[in-house]
Amino acid sequence: MKVNVKYFGVIAESAGKNEEVLELKQGTSVKDLKNQQIKKYQIQDAESVQIAVNQDLNNEAELKEDDEVAFLPPFAGG
Amino acid sequence: MDKKKPKKVFVQGAIPPEKIGNSIANHQSKTNIGAHSIFLGQIRADEIDGKTVSAIDYSAYEEMAESVFHEIREAAFSKFDITCAHIYHSLGPVKTGELCLFVFTSSAHRKIAIEACNYFVEEIKANVPIFGKEIFEDETHQWKVNT
Repeated sequence: MKVNVKYFGVIAESAGKNEEVLELKQGTSVKDLKNQQIKKYQIQDAESVQIAVNQDLNNEAELKEDDEVAFLPPFAGG
Repeated sequence: MDKKKPKKVFVQGAIPPEKIGNSIANHQSKTNIGAHSIFLGQIRADEIDGKTVSAIDYSAYEEMAESVFHEIREAAFSKFDITCAHIYHSLGPVKTGELCLFVFTSSAHRKIAIEACNYFVEEIKANVPIFGKEIFEDETHQWKVNT
């Protein structure tokens, strides 16, 4: 299945891109993808990274085809 | 009153001071208002390891941010008896001394306007996916984290 992955802030800088489409195995969880990408791009301060699936931060379930998965560093608005 | 309608929050670059004056002027016809509360976020020239911040370059997960702004508005209108509320936040580079956040709440009475304004600011800082790259005078940078 394909998912759309977006990177923001310092994470986009580490990844060298703002987004990409990834082909994942059925049954891949949010946590699996998070760990995989953190390792791949050597994203620092991994425990501060929040993941939004289709703009929702409460996501424990498996990913589905066409999900939008966003890797969010700490917020800094205001 | 279009308080339920999602409004565009993001503006490119700094928020011009004239916008604050104009917003106040626009509310003078609403005579059920007895109090406005305004919060303005200004870019501070922080000194970090001997280097001085000269600007913050803001970016955001815009689609999610707009919907979180909308949720914050909905929550604020159900919590506080406010007449209206306006929020503007910068995207892109904003230099030190310039404004990056403008929150404007109005109510019949001061306490509600002030509490609602504080609520907006705290919620925005904690929950909206906005990211800030602090640019130093020597053009190096680091990423800002809200405390």
